[in-house]
Amino acid sequence: MEFKVPTMAELMAAGEEPEILFWVGCAGSYDERAQKITRDICKILHHVGLKYAVLGTEESCTGDPAKRAGNEFLFQMQAMTNIEVLNAYNIKKIVTGCPHCFNTIKNEYPGLGGTYEVIHHSQLIQDLINEGKLKAEGGESFKGKKITYHDPCYLGRGNGVYEAPRKALEVLDAELVEMKRCKANGLCCGAGGAQMFKEPEKGNKDVNIERIEEALATEPQFIAAGCPFCMTMLNDGVKLKDKEQEVKVLDIAEITARANGL
Amino acid sequence: MVAQIIFVLLVVAGTALFAFNARKVIRNIKLGRAANRSDKPQQRLMTMLKVAFGQTKMAVRPVPFLLHLVVYLGFVIINLEVLEIVIDGIFGTHRVFAGLGGLYNFLIGSFELLAAGVWLACAIFLLRRNVVKLKRFSGVEMKSWPKSDANYILITEILLMSAFLLMNAADAKLQTLGVAHYQQAGAFPVSTLLLGLLPDSVNTLIFIERFCWWFHIVGIFGFLNYLPYSKHFHIMLAFPNTYFSNLNPKGEFTNMDSVTNEVKAMLDPSFVPAETAPGKFGAKDIQDLTWVNLLNAYTCTECGRCTSVCPANMTGKLLSPRKIMMDTRDRTEEVGKNIDKHGADHQDGKSLLDDYITREEIWACTSCNACTEACPVNIDPLGIIVELRRYAVMEESVAPASINAMLGNVENNGAPWKYSPADRFNWAQEDQ
Repeated sequence: MEFKVPTMAELMAAGEEPEILFWVGCAGSYDERAQKITRDICKILHHVGLKYAVLGTEESCTGDPAKRAGNEFLFQMQAMTNIEVLNAYNIKKIVTGCPHCFNTIKNEYPGLGGTYEVIHHSQLIQDLINEGKLKAEGGESFKGKKITYHDPCYLGRGNGVYEAPRKALEVLDAELVEMKRCKANGLCCGAGGAQMFKEPEKGNKDVNIERIEEALATEPQFIAAGCPFCMTMLNDGVKLKDKEQEVKVLDIAEITARANGL
Repeated sequence: MVAQIIFVLLVVAGTALFAFNARKVIRNIKLGRAANRSDKPQQRLMTMLKVAFGQTKMAVRPVPFLLHLVVYLGFVIINLEVLEIVIDGIFGTHRVFAGLGGLYNFLIGSFELLAAGVWLACAIFLLRRNVVKLKRFSGVEMKSWPKSDANYILITEILLMSAFLLMNAADAKLQTLGVAHYQQAGAFPVSTLLLGLLPDSVNTLIFIERFCWWFHIVGIFGFLNYLPYSKHFHIMLAFPNTYFSNLNPKGEFTNMDSVTNEVKAMLDPSFVPAETAPGKFGAKDIQDLTWVNLLNAYTCTECGRCTSVCPANMTGKLLSPRKIMMDTRDRTEEVGKNIDKHGADHQDGKSLLDDYITREEIWACTSCNACTEACPVNIDPLGIIVELRRYAVMEESVAPASINAMLGNVENNGAPWKYSPADRFNWAQEDQ
């Protein structure tokens, strides 16, 4: 990367505090495809000059997949360990690169002693656009391009965030097309509830195929995502349908970074 | 006089029997664990008024919304007429509210229009279920009783409305013939269309009028007592169910206090946990669920909106959120019957998990909340699925192998995959 990503430990050593902590998440840290999104979120933060930091190797799984799978012990062990780290650094505001981390830290950490202002990266982008700090200029033009947005369950239905990611796309002057099932009626990509980590039960179709068929029916050039797990499922779907050349699946952060030439 | 005595006995017996059975349902619901839903009374009231009274979540599907609205309004408004019927029945009067004059005529006229609307809507509902065979009303859980239950309800409503209209028609004819006791009262915009069907004999007319009057009121008390056995119980339980529904963000799962104590004690040996009742983690049977889960089960009217939007169900998996609710109610009923027959401590060796709901079903859930969003009365099938998973994982350590592998990775590496925590920050390296 062209710049150094600051860690909390470094800031602490320098006696400084960040405005916002970027919670990267496991997928954003390890999954090759999601790492690109992570770096783009950092590029956006760097570009607008927001003082941020990450936990680096001090970050650990929020416990979300354990909780959805029914292992409350493991979830609370992870949660309390993370809360100890976050509180020790006096964290006030967190932006996450993943709706699952977002939901868990925002809704399930307060009861265990961790209360922070938590936003998803699409909300950060919306805020930056509203404040005039971020535009869509200096990079790739999405003008007139057909984009359809897939609502992640834990961002949309789970927490009622429907407008922020759409706002981030509207600023591109692109042609936004909605799938038949969108917003509150959005269809899951198939990865939630710890499904990401197991084979699906016996059925006649995979959920991501059902979803990708609906997405492709809008004849988009881009499918926009806001979740690393949706990203995997949608990408797999596009590959299976042999549409990799015509349709690209990109995260809201990647689209924003591209439009700004970051 | 004999008729009046029979009538009073009918009202008393009908009401008492309903109270007896309703108390049993309440007892069964209370078999569930405690859950605090007494917070935010104002927001709860607003939710109930909007979702149950105002039917806001029905509007998503306009055709059934309009048909259901007619039946709902008919049910609420025509029941004003029952008040008059009860007073007439007890005191041997006829159309005791006739003194209201123009207002009375307006009311009776409106009831007739609504009754015709209800009749038509129920007929269309029957066609949708039995002729058009909408997919939403089929599925493995919609065989035998649930299928008949729906048809019984619709046919009963059609019969009740037919009796009401035929009674009015006979009454109207008797009024025009100037028969004593049948004073001039009411307006009959619909039932006058039926006059041609009626005979001219006064005695036969009186018989028809009386027969329909009795059929209608006996039918109403019969229907009332059918409710506790039927999916139709939603006409009452929808109100408390929405009042006590989950107000938190849908993505939020409950934190288990019992686990918090143990985890705190593990992380900090000096921590002394508050006294909590010992119990199992998660749910194996209905007593391990909360009373809200069980109220949900009794409220479910099996409309299938949840199942029709479930990503697992629509891709051919076994999971059906509607079945989760129906199984929970069936098992609760079974446990209740065991208590009645064998006493409170009886164990029948069965449980909700495995005897009713299979592991394959609970593991197919993506926790996407499409089912809770779709439910017109805020039922939460996901809450039950999560409790069953908690039991399987925490009490039995039984989960799909890949889930166990994932849990092991989270525990050992702080990530669901087998990567070293030391590599967690590699994404930011210079060469990337």
